[in-house]
Amino acid sequence: MRLKTLDNGDVAKIAVRGDAHARALSDVLVSDTSVAYAFIAPAFFLLLFLVAYPFVLSVWFSLSDARIGETGAFIGFDNFQRLLSSAIFLQTLQNSIVFTALALGAKTVFGMALALLLYRIGRFKRLIRGAVLLPFIVPTALSTLVWWWMFEPLYSVVNWTLKSLHLVSHDIPWLPDPYLAMFTVILVNVWRGLPFFAITLLAGLVAIPKELYEAAESDGAGAVGRFWHVTIPLVKPVLAVVVLFSAIFTLGDFNIVYVLTKGGPMNMTHLFATYSFVLGLQGGQIGQGAAVSLFLFPILLIVVFIQLRMVRKATTYE
Amino acid sequence: MNSLSRWTRRSRPLFSVYLPVMPFVFFALFPLYFMFITSFKKNAELYDVTAVPFLIGRGVTFGHYELLSRETLFWSWFLNSLMVSLAATVISVVLGVLAAYPLARLRFPGGDSFGVAIFITYLVPPSLLFLPLSTVVARLGLSDSLWALVVTYPTFLVPFCTWLLMGYFRTVPKEIEECAMLDGCNRLQTLIRILLPVAVPGVICAALFAFTLSWNEFLYALVFVSPAELKTLTVGVFSELIRGDVYYWGGLMAGACVGSFPIVIAYVFFLDYYVSGLTAGAVK
Repeated sequence: MRLKTLDNGDVAKIAVRGDAHARALSDVLVSDTSVAYAFIAPAFFLLLFLVAYPFVLSVWFSLSDARIGETGAFIGFDNFQRLLSSAIFLQTLQNSIVFTALALGAKTVFGMALALLLYRIGRFKRLIRGAVLLPFIVPTALSTLVWWWMFEPLYSVVNWTLKSLHLVSHDIPWLPDPYLAMFTVILVNVWRGLPFFAITLLAGLVAIPKELYEAAESDGAGAVGRFWHVTIPLVKPVLAVVVLFSAIFTLGDFNIVYVLTKGGPMNMTHLFATYSFVLGLQGGQIGQGAAVSLFLFPILLIVVFIQLRMVRKATTYE
Repeated sequence: MNSLSRWTRRSRPLFSVYLPVMPFVFFALFPLYFMFITSFKKNAELYDVTAVPFLIGRGVTFGHYELLSRETLFWSWFLNSLMVSLAATVISVVLGVLAAYPLARLRFPGGDSFGVAIFITYLVPPSLLFLPLSTVVARLGLSDSLWALVVTYPTFLVPFCTWLLMGYFRTVPKEIEECAMLDGCNRLQTLIRILLPVAVPGVICAALFAFTLSWNEFLYALVFVSPAELKTLTVGVFSELIRGDVYYWGGLMAGACVGSFPIVIAYVFFLDYYVSGLTAGAVK
């Protein structure tokens, strides 16, 4: 209890017993508030200059006709208006929604299935978990190269297999066909993101007390009943966080699309990130490019809002 | 009968767990396996549409790795990636430790808001800010230098490290710190001598993730650095091994293998840290 009543002054006095060097430092670190500010300062200024400032700059660019190397003049919402009447941008918007919805859906369903399987594995647990987590760890830009090679028009291993099994008679144009290209891009995103869903949901499953399953079983609930009435409600908070988290990074994906299709064929796989790259850097129209990437911001806000509310709820009720 | 029922009981997980999990394992590993064997195939076999693609049928070659070493700046890219990743990791872990400590331990005006700000930046995808950041990098005079990456990678690493370490610091009992302060340590000394040794797993986890994220980073490296000899590995392999319409598939796969290697090695040794870091964002 004495510890609690000790105020900062006492701590400082005690600290002064050290050598002169330590004394000088402890004078700086006497009060908790100034200690806190001193510790936080480096991270704070880094985020201020390299996240907050670029963000403000991004908003300014989107309202100006800035080009590379020129500051540009204020033009109001012209960029946004021009984007919303541009066929390519509307296509990008549609692609982004399709890409995110399908990839998230697939990752949720298959991630849950994989988590349930991993949960029940007894032997070779580490080996199997380690294996399925691997796609998430290796550099995406490099692993996407092998997917490109696997779907390469002439030497595709996928086509070779399908033809050998006599499932198809001619090569399937995976990347030149707009719809198949979208499918391929989603497939690679699912390949990379599935481990995150599975491993995080697995952590949620492990946290469910075994007694609840036993109680449900003694009440006559079958495997399906236990899944819907015990597993799903209890894993829901984790699932929500995983889906929200993944929503941002799926929507903001750059690497997979840029490496695999560069947004093509005919802009049918462009996402906000790749289109803003093409407009802003390759086309030099920073203003328009910034406006495109700012379309990521509303979804970011929504996710932050929901997650913060969930965190608050969790802390008040626990 | 008895042995039969024992057989069915023992084989049940085989059919209900191990067989269904196999497609997932295959899906996860096949591309990596294919990357590996492609990098050792001779071009004659690689570009033969009739050859069975799943195995190396006509002998192993190290030619693609030689091409990588001799005709490209591959090892410079490797070294660039290594230097940038190490520097960004050290900066981010130090800043993360410093910021996580007051957020986890001290009450101060603005503390909650800063916590929320960290959380928001943790969720900002790099693709939202790369355009204005390239302007900032240019104004700082860092364009086309590795410093551009050393400075910008911490923007997504520091929030992650801070968030992760906050959780670890909260699990350490306050009492041992208070004892140390009673013995004459100030906050900084307490942090370094008392808290950090206890939170070593958290620091290792943060460092591993920071290194992995830096090593794998692609967009900033692509945008901020353009001279071939200054590229990082992910960008170099992608942009220098595809020349117009000519794709050096063997070389690309060899580069992808070597580029994945350090991360896979770290991963094999520290699997549990990766798992705990991965779930830290979602499960507390």
